[in-house]
Amino acid sequence: MSISKDEVKHIANLSKLNLTDEELEKYTNELSDIVDMANELSNIDVEGVKPTAHILDIQNVFREDIQQPSYDRELILKNAPSKDAGCVSVPKVVE
Amino acid sequence: MKDYEVIIGLEVHAELSTNTKMYCNCSTEFGADPNTHCCPICTGMPGVLPVLNKKVVEYATKAGLATNCEISRFSKQDRKNYFYPDLPKAYQTSQYDLPLCIGGHLDINVNGEQKRIGITRIHIEEDAGKLIHDAYTGDTLVDMNRCAVPLIEIVSEPDIRSADEAVAYMQTLKSILEYLDVCDCKMQEGSLRCDVNLSVRPRGQKEFGTRTETKNLNSFKAIHNSIEFEIKRQIEEVENGGKIYQETRRWDDAKGIGYAMRTKEDAHDYRYFPEPDLAPIVLSEEYIQNLKDNLPEMPHIKKERYMKDFDLPEYDADILTSSIKTAKFFEEANDICNNPKAVSNWIMGDFTRMLNEKEIEIDESKVTAQNLAELISLIDKGTISSKIAKQVFEDMFETGENAKDIVEKKGLVQMSDEGAIKEIVQKVVDANPQSIADYKAGKDRAIGFLVGQIMKETKGKANPQIVNKLLLEIINK
Repeated sequence: MSISKDEVKHIANLSKLNLTDEELEKYTNELSDIVDMANELSNIDVEGVKPTAHILDIQNVFREDIQQPSYDRELILKNAPSKDAGCVSVPKVVE
Repeated sequence: MKDYEVIIGLEVHAELSTNTKMYCNCSTEFGADPNTHCCPICTGMPGVLPVLNKKVVEYATKAGLATNCEISRFSKQDRKNYFYPDLPKAYQTSQYDLPLCIGGHLDINVNGEQKRIGITRIHIEEDAGKLIHDAYTGDTLVDMNRCAVPLIEIVSEPDIRSADEAVAYMQTLKSILEYLDVCDCKMQEGSLRCDVNLSVRPRGQKEFGTRTETKNLNSFKAIHNSIEFEIKRQIEEVENGGKIYQETRRWDDAKGIGYAMRTKEDAHDYRYFPEPDLAPIVLSEEYIQNLKDNLPEMPHIKKERYMKDFDLPEYDADILTSSIKTAKFFEEANDICNNPKAVSNWIMGDFTRMLNEKEIEIDESKVTAQNLAELISLIDKGTISSKIAKQVFEDMFETGENAKDIVEKKGLVQMSDEGAIKEIVQKVVDANPQSIADYKAGKDRAIGFLVGQIMKETKGKANPQIVNKLLLEIINK
């Protein structure tokens, strides 16, 4: 396994996901396969190849600083499971 | 107790004063109704494509040039991943290993001594939304208007050694950003704020102590007081054999105390990776040189020019140039009345006191530069006395009327008619034989009393030079 169960638990935790034992087992296997596949890239000889910051050979994609109307609030909040006072409402956040 | 050295580094966040957000065309205006400046891009809907605002690069580059940074010819943006309701994308677009500006410095003045503070880097990133805690339901409400408002984060080297130095650094930085016109620097609105990294170590010790980070300080007072608090706390902890934990802290400005935030151990696992939706930023020599050539005059240069061109004392020049608004006001008024020292005195004296009392800035005052210049011209021409001018200025400040109208309406024109003044002087002298006797017996103070009586008779309008001259003539006869 190129990725441990603990690592998968840690990642799930960062994403606020609760995994059952079966899911943990399943994702550990699947993620290991993915990591293995990605690791194959390390076998490629990159001698003399410049580090890549973007997969396309593009740079400086900018827009002008010109304001345009925003979306209606109703539309913006449409997907929110819970809303109140023109805001998305979420469970209390404790700092 | 041992002698301790304090090590401070600041991370300053400045919201850039662009019209639109970092990656979409929504407005950046402060104070709008919740969630009315939002679109699918800034609220992190799937499948959208962000495009970087050109002005963000320009403003950040200017800030870098003005703080003596090296501008990166090649930089890129990265995703900083964390899960929190104020961040709908669940990542903040920021810059990690290739920031826009690297390695600059700022010179600050503390108690008359100059000190250089290093700047590690300046990078561009987006702001997060605002969380409102609903006391009624106990829920948290999310306002996404501020999501993706562009910021620069200016990271200093750990060169700061006291609360005073930290405040001076922040003031200098604020002044520069205002001169550049890249940030409105309204600290009370959060458009300029900082995080303080602080540690202590016994003087002479080589290794740094463990540092803490106090987040989101948005006034000079909060910066100063939170630092003093944290220095004391850390030293007491160490003195008592305790341990300093590397932690994130909050400052409660109302209570004047700092406290540790409850954070999970994995809170800082940001898993940065290059932002695949945004292209690298490549700046040409020409682009950088052009911005460099067109930078406005910076505060310290302006200060020296004021001392040289206007023959102003360093103290005056320092105060006048510390804010671009004050400097502009000064220059505009002086262009009209051509009396720099008088303009300076007014701005530094009564005017500033009254602005402070009202808690407004100079450009929010009803008194325009032209109004002040006219008032000064009236004094210079001898139309009103300086004493009356103070009264007129109070009216100008309250009503916004111009000086001439107030003087005419209230009949405050100075009496310079020698014949008329002489009559009053004679009357006062005749009525106060005791004072004349005192004066002749060598009590110079008696003169002051007599002048006071004369001014009272003329309701302060008599030209004081003429009064003095005539009074001495009459009693020395």
